[in-house]
Amino acid sequence: MQPFTKFTAIAAPMDRDNIDTDQIIPARYLMMPRDKRYKSYVFRDLRIDSDDQEIDSFVLNQPAFRDARIVVARHNFGCGSSREGAVFTLSDAGFRSIIATSFGDIFYNNSFNNGVLPVVLPADIIDGLHGQLAANPGTEITVDLEAQNIIAPDGTAHPFDIDPHRRHRLLNGLDAVGYTLQFQADIEAFEAEYQNHVNWH
Amino acid sequence: MDRPRTMFEKIWDSHVITTNEAGQSLLFIDRHYCHELSFHAFNMLHGNDRSVRRPDRTFAIPDHYTPTTGLADSDFTDQDRRDLVSNLANNAARNGVTMFGLEDDRRGIIHVMGPEQGLTQPGMVVVCGDSHTATHGALGAFAFGIGASDVSHVLATQTLWQPRPKSMRVSVSGTRPNGVTAKDIILGIIGHIGAAGGTGHAIEYAGSCIRALSVDERLTVCNMSIEAGARTGMVAPDEATYAYLKDRPFAPVGADWDKAKSYWENLPSDDEASFDKDVTIDAAGLAPMVTWGTSPEDVLPITGSVPDPADEVNPARREALDRKLSYMGLQPLTPLSEIAVDRVFIGSCTNSRIDDIRTAADIVKGKKAKIPAMVVPGSGLIRIQAEAEGLDRIFADAGIDWRPAAGCSMCIGVNGDFVAPGERCASTSNRNFEGRQGRGARTHLVSPAMAAAAALTGHFTDVRKLGRS
Repeated sequence: MQPFTKFTAIAAPMDRDNIDTDQIIPARYLMMPRDKRYKSYVFRDLRIDSDDQEIDSFVLNQPAFRDARIVVARHNFGCGSSREGAVFTLSDAGFRSIIATSFGDIFYNNSFNNGVLPVVLPADIIDGLHGQLAANPGTEITVDLEAQNIIAPDGTAHPFDIDPHRRHRLLNGLDAVGYTLQFQADIEAFEAEYQNHVNWH
Repeated sequence: MDRPRTMFEKIWDSHVITTNEAGQSLLFIDRHYCHELSFHAFNMLHGNDRSVRRPDRTFAIPDHYTPTTGLADSDFTDQDRRDLVSNLANNAARNGVTMFGLEDDRRGIIHVMGPEQGLTQPGMVVVCGDSHTATHGALGAFAFGIGASDVSHVLATQTLWQPRPKSMRVSVSGTRPNGVTAKDIILGIIGHIGAAGGTGHAIEYAGSCIRALSVDERLTVCNMSIEAGARTGMVAPDEATYAYLKDRPFAPVGADWDKAKSYWENLPSDDEASFDKDVTIDAAGLAPMVTWGTSPEDVLPITGSVPDPADEVNPARREALDRKLSYMGLQPLTPLSEIAVDRVFIGSCTNSRIDDIRTAADIVKGKKAKIPAMVVPGSGLIRIQAEAEGLDRIFADAGIDWRPAAGCSMCIGVNGDFVAPGERCASTSNRNFEGRQGRGARTHLVSPAMAAAAALTGHFTDVRKLGRS
């Protein structure tokens, strides 16, 4: 997995609650293999209409935000299905961090398995970021996992919380299975003991 | 005396292999269900030269891409979808995993056939690469959806690292009024706590109203836990659970049954156990529900009307509301009962069990549908049962399309059954997101009874008043 230490990119404001995984990647693409086309599925139906024309009002189609690779959303980003394709397509398109007041649990967890960092910040700070990005379209945000903060366009650092285990894995790009296999003996001991008292499965 | 614990804590504690310095626990997984989209995870597994650690605890069931008109190769919309099923079969065979294939009448939607076969049991930790896995919590299991990387992790290790969620008890007290189904109860709960109301929490549904539900109805309630953002949803096992499980093909028998049952009887939350959050809802206040927007939290009783953005003082929320109504093609203040419906879908892991189908059949019996409607059973065995009861004939006589093959179908719209752009669908499924049932599709979530009523009248109709006009 690609490690995540520090990432700076233009940030796009998505001023909406509940951007669900169907909006991030429509279900019709889920059967596709993970190849070079995968990045083109990101926010597909928000970006492109049914006549294959760009939807001008969508933030990533606006000139200042075409190269944005950080999304600042609102509440409950990535709610809905467990499809890891939502993170695959964000990651393949270069989005390495999403900032929101809250995330869907499964999306949040999937992000860490793909070197994508979801950052949770309080609503007033998110409000401020939306204000700054609207006032100065095309400005950058830095997400610094080592320092555990983000640097807003106005230069202010905002700290964020993150589970230390997830932080460690992301900083070092560690494969989760490889890490778990270090506990092989514990797993085997558990299985033996478990089978002793739960033997009807 | 031991500290009082919730059911969730008891199940969690009994599955912890180890806890690391960051506080994440490595949990043992009892049951792992895979479907066609598990191909990403099998590719990761095989790409790292790994194999399935516990094939005896892993089950492969194609449900997302399978056709509902029949299960011959010619029923598939294209070869790519047929290949997804073959690919799952190959991955299962390569790893010695039991596959419930197309030819097997036990096959169905994972969240329907897993409980139906007795594969899911109280006290288990159950995972699947599908967000509606919490369905299985209805039997008193800790069941949750995971992404492809975690599916691969479970395949390789039969474990998962998890931060311990907070606990939340949703008590539904009292007796539900006539016409209020399990679907209306869970839609009412989501409307009350919101689409993120359960985020980071394991919900236990409790209270006299939940306790009085059949296991099939509890499956419907737990199914939509994710639509409230919850990690999982569960109902404590009781005599109804044991009666449901007894003699199911994968349920324990003889002395094992007795041993299992006494284990299960210790699972319910201790009386003194405390929850991080406690919510109480009075069942008497519930009514048949209809969603009007593009999040399951956008829900009202059938007696309500479409909200008016003009009433919203917060500009961001007003804009969001405008967008929802525009997508849904709805005018503010329209009574829900006056909204014309184009199509009806009865099925999905939420509402495709035999009682759902019986309820719908009972409502349409001897009448004619005014709009296209289809019914898709949740498993092959449910199809057989329904047909043995003549329910397929009732639907046919009403002009409703009874589909002979089980699957997810029009809930997610990837098998060829989808809602056309701009079409309005009364659906018994679980998500009304933009584009969920097909690009531009307008989904309204309802119970099977309300879906059947809409099929007869061509608009949302209070099932309590049907035939009394």
